[in-house]
Amino acid sequence: MSARRTAARLSTVVGPQAQRPAVDLVSRRRAEARRRLLTIQGLRLLVAVVILGGWELGVRAGVIDKFFWSQPSEIGAKLWLWVTQGTDLGPIWDQILVTMEETAGGFIVGSILGVIFGVILGRSRLLADVMGPYIKAANAIPRVVVGALFAISLGLDIKAKIATAAILVFFVVFFNAFQGVREVDRNLIANARILGARDRQLTTEIIIPSALSWIIASLHTSFGLALVGAVVGELFGATQGLGELIYAAKNNFDAAGVFAGMALLAAIALVAEALITALEDRLIRWRPPVATETRI
Amino acid sequence: MQPTIELRGVTKRFLTPSGGVYTALRDLTMTVEAGEFCAVVGPTGCGKSTTLALISGLEPPSEGRVDVLGKPVKGIPDGIGYMFQTDAVFPWKTVLENVAAGPRYRGSSARDARDKARDWISRVGLAGFEDRFPYQLSGGMRKRVALAQCLINEPRILLMDEPFSALDVQTRSLMENELLGLWAASSASVVFVTHDLEEAISLSDRVFVITAGPGTVKSNYKVHLPRPRNVAEIRFQPHFIEIYEEIWKDLKDEVLVSYERQKNSGAA
Repeated sequence: MSARRTAARLSTVVGPQAQRPAVDLVSRRRAEARRRLLTIQGLRLLVAVVILGGWELGVRAGVIDKFFWSQPSEIGAKLWLWVTQGTDLGPIWDQILVTMEETAGGFIVGSILGVIFGVILGRSRLLADVMGPYIKAANAIPRVVVGALFAISLGLDIKAKIATAAILVFFVVFFNAFQGVREVDRNLIANARILGARDRQLTTEIIIPSALSWIIASLHTSFGLALVGAVVGELFGATQGLGELIYAAKNNFDAAGVFAGMALLAAIALVAEALITALEDRLIRWRPPVATETRI
Repeated sequence: MQPTIELRGVTKRFLTPSGGVYTALRDLTMTVEAGEFCAVVGPTGCGKSTTLALISGLEPPSEGRVDVLGKPVKGIPDGIGYMFQTDAVFPWKTVLENVAAGPRYRGSSARDARDKARDWISRVGLAGFEDRFPYQLSGGMRKRVALAQCLINEPRILLMDEPFSALDVQTRSLMENELLGLWAASSASVVFVTHDLEEAISLSDRVFVITAGPGTVKSNYKVHLPRPRNVAEIRFQPHFIEIYEEIWKDLKDEVLVSYERQKNSGAA
């Protein structure tokens, strides 16, 4: 797309007699980009083949202990079994859905609370100074253990998992929102005030949009954390979900089951990452496009 | 008749991050009449921008009195427009949303604000760019957005802090001419801060010279050049050259003082 834009600019500048070289340049650029994409995809595939193939061969040659580390073909078979015949806990889709619900719930609750508290404390110096040490202390605790507390207080259903995921997400989003609010350009605030913005409008029209790029950046990390929270919550006690599935597999010394569960979690994380990136592109349309190479 | 802006014996001190006190303005007195275009010139760091911050109510004076439209300044007075030195258009709003911001904040309906904004966008020559974001515009176009954003509120006082200093020479004189055109169609008083004496004279009715910091008014000159003016050509008029020489004599000393001081503080 950027190649096309460059081309348009070039052709208007150089005039009709120089059109041909410009067109050549465009097609060359496009071919280059296509070749690059192919190379990357090919290399990606190669990495997967080397790792999985090495693993499989290692097991078959007896270098890697199959009992502890399983092997890709067996993990694949396990996944196939889950898909076709269901798991011990019920159909695999139900397990995925349960974990997704817990993750999404925790992610949404945690981010909303994080943004609200981040904006409030970012706006009020006094509150930030008063609460500072407590927040730092709370942040220093390994928060997954709170999941145990939630399992006791909230029971074995979805609430405890959402709470565990939310508390992991909260702090990441909170610190980013807080920092984002603190970094708002003073000039923009002065301009908005002169134009007639009241306090409330300053918050919704200037401070939150400005902090949004910080907040969105934190959402990438925090979705992963929400998934961790949901799975850990299931480990503390659950009847359904991918975490429970992994836990059950572990109790049966079923390494292939553990890996198969991990593979599913990884797939969920990748899909979510793509969704968040799409959300980011939509919400921060006003930012100059970044070079795609810097993105992973 | 009552002056539009009146600063009497104004002193402004700031606390520096190291805990010291920095005096930006000292016993400054100046008045701006209704509909007058005033320029404020002075060496860098003499407190020119601080003057605007005081008039706009963004900063309170440490001593002295600031009256705007006959009332002492407490908070941001009604009828003020402010064009900042750096880009202060909102990067997450389109051109249309940026220009419509003022009326929206002041309680217009979204529809009225948009209609009014369209009108102002075409007045500053940006018709067709309503849906662009600021990053998609050139520096000169962003200044036009800022100008429209400011003027849409129909301010009675327009404060401008070196608004065109980041532009290239050609764009700058274009913008200056357009500013004069838009100002002539309004009845606003303008306080235009600049370090460029040529710009100051070619735009204004009156030029205030501020001393090296802490700043105070050293002198003020009336500019008797006919209007409407063409900024690019007015500098060839004999009266322009006369008054330039006269003001420059005043300004030169202050610039030298400020330069010496900077050199010394750099060496210390």
